[in-house]
Amino acid sequence: MSKAVDAARVALNNPRVEMEPAHHTQRAQKRKGHKRSWRLAIRRDWQLYSLIILPLLFFLVFRYLPMLGNVIAFRRFQPGGSVLGETWVGLRYVRLFLNDPTFWKVFTNTLVLGTLTVVVVFPLPIVLALLLNEVRARKLKRLVQSISYLPHFLSVVIVAGMVMQLLSIDGAVNQAVRAVGNDPISFMQLPEWFRTIYVSSEVWQTVGWGTILYLAALTTIDSDLYEAARIDGANRWKQTWHVTLPGIRPTMITLMILNIGTFMAVGFEKILLLYNPLTYPTADVISTYLYRMGIVSNNFSYAAAIGLFEALIGLTLVLTANQISRRTVGTSLW
Amino acid sequence: MVAIDSKVIERKAESILEAPRPKGHRVSRGYRVFQVFNGIILTIVVVVTLYPFVNIVARSFSEEGYIRSGQVNLIPKGFNITTYRIVASDPTFWVNYRNTVVYTVVATVIAMFMTTTYAYVLSKKHLRGRGLLIGLAVFTMFFSGGLIPHYVLITSLGMKNTIWAIVLPNAISVFNLLVMKAFFESLPVELEEAAAVDGMSTYGILWKIVLPLSKAVIATMVLFYAVSFWNSWFSAFLYMDRIDLFPVTVYLRNLIAGATGASQTGGVTSDDVTAAAANIQSVTMVLTTVPILLVYPFIQKYFVSGVMLGAVKG
Repeated sequence: MSKAVDAARVALNNPRVEMEPAHHTQRAQKRKGHKRSWRLAIRRDWQLYSLIILPLLFFLVFRYLPMLGNVIAFRRFQPGGSVLGETWVGLRYVRLFLNDPTFWKVFTNTLVLGTLTVVVVFPLPIVLALLLNEVRARKLKRLVQSISYLPHFLSVVIVAGMVMQLLSIDGAVNQAVRAVGNDPISFMQLPEWFRTIYVSSEVWQTVGWGTILYLAALTTIDSDLYEAARIDGANRWKQTWHVTLPGIRPTMITLMILNIGTFMAVGFEKILLLYNPLTYPTADVISTYLYRMGIVSNNFSYAAAIGLFEALIGLTLVLTANQISRRTVGTSLW
Repeated sequence: MVAIDSKVIERKAESILEAPRPKGHRVSRGYRVFQVFNGIILTIVVVVTLYPFVNIVARSFSEEGYIRSGQVNLIPKGFNITTYRIVASDPTFWVNYRNTVVYTVVATVIAMFMTTTYAYVLSKKHLRGRGLLIGLAVFTMFFSGGLIPHYVLITSLGMKNTIWAIVLPNAISVFNLLVMKAFFESLPVELEEAAAVDGMSTYGILWKIVLPLSKAVIATMVLFYAVSFWNSWFSAFLYMDRIDLFPVTVYLRNLIAGATGASQTGGVTSDDVTAAAANIQSVTMVLTTVPILLVYPFIQKYFVSGVMLGAVKG
């Protein structure tokens, strides 16, 4: 066996021997050598390269082509006309949305819902993970986990349906409202309730599943650290503060950066299912607004301009967060 | 880079689900009080999580009148299965349900093919252009072309009202791709090298050597994809105009939004529908969720290990 393996190593190394001359030429004629080594790589690995044709096509067509398709943000576009629009109009659509009061309204709503998500939804899995970590009874721990993961597997349509049933005039929440002697509230029609409803449903659906990574990180903390802390007289609370939390900090930061990456896109599908014209004042966000502008009202260029703006802010946020985190705490995505 | 192998991950997943905390020292009074509070908080978490499920099930078995007057909470009132009969007698519901199954199966098969091949190639560290290929995929996690260009593209490719509008644009999830890549990188190279010496082609190595070793990760990925396709609705909502092409999630969405009910699809008379809307919604929700609830206990472990695989890699 080991002989065969050695032989395989030699065989696999052979192409590298072949490549040596290429390196020489590289020094003399850089471009030619570059081409040459690519040719060698393809000759050696053509089977591997052949495997990526379809996936590569997928990325180019369905991921990168739409990025180029954003040129319609700067061109007049007619549905049914050219895919890339008819004539250049420069920053016309950008100016249009920057002067659109509704845009600034949905922009603010996006920031508010995004911030609420980061401030409320993000920390709760950490708290729950810490609580679960203190549970001694295995079966109880496992039961709580299994149950709290469950909502993660539901379609957002089902979650929206549940929210509406619970909050309808005859629903469970209004039964409680009535029981304490108040008039029922039509929650889904009142803008002042939307943020609470959205954030609560997010918490309900994501808090359990969100604990997995933290629980994983918790198991990697060296138990000697707890021992040392105990010898130094730290109680359970101090151990949590000085040992546990620093131990899961890299996980927290990584997830925070990923979270910030989706900040601008806040729960588009869920909002689309939960909102209605009555709750637009608080519920309408950039992504839902551009959906209505583009797909429903056929203002493709205008909506594309807004979409591009949103995507660029999102990218900037995640790059900035990554950079700040790398500089300050040394954790980063790449 | 952390070397990982499937056994370690599985054990870790197991430990997350099972492991007790390392034994503590003398338990202080304050800590005992905390334990009681902790128990109460976790009980509340469980109750709050389960409450909506029980509520929906109770409504689905209740008589409309009791629901209307706000009397149904956790226990069905006026127990009946008439609503189940009404929903089950709507042919559109079953057509849409079948669509969901078909879309899920086709999409998962294609997604697995695309993800596995790309991940396998990306796991080959000697490959020229590997960094570029990885970057190409990862960049799309943080920047996307956006809804409008996507819509224009799918429409101009003539994919509207076809299964491809749902399947192809979602054929690779970069997260799943990175998980599989990390897994392939953790496999011992010796076996593949030996097979190469024996003259086996790359395709043969992938099919006969690598994939049989990767059953655990493949199972996890299939589940990830299947659940996400089963639950998806927006692509279908966006690109399908014909009722007979909807997946069941869109059927349910239309019930909730009140746009089209069973009435317009010929299942029951419109009077029944307006009268029974809340029941029908609940029943449809229950029927859509049941398959996931049924398999959930068996697949939970795979999901946990899948998330961990991704996490180890960062």
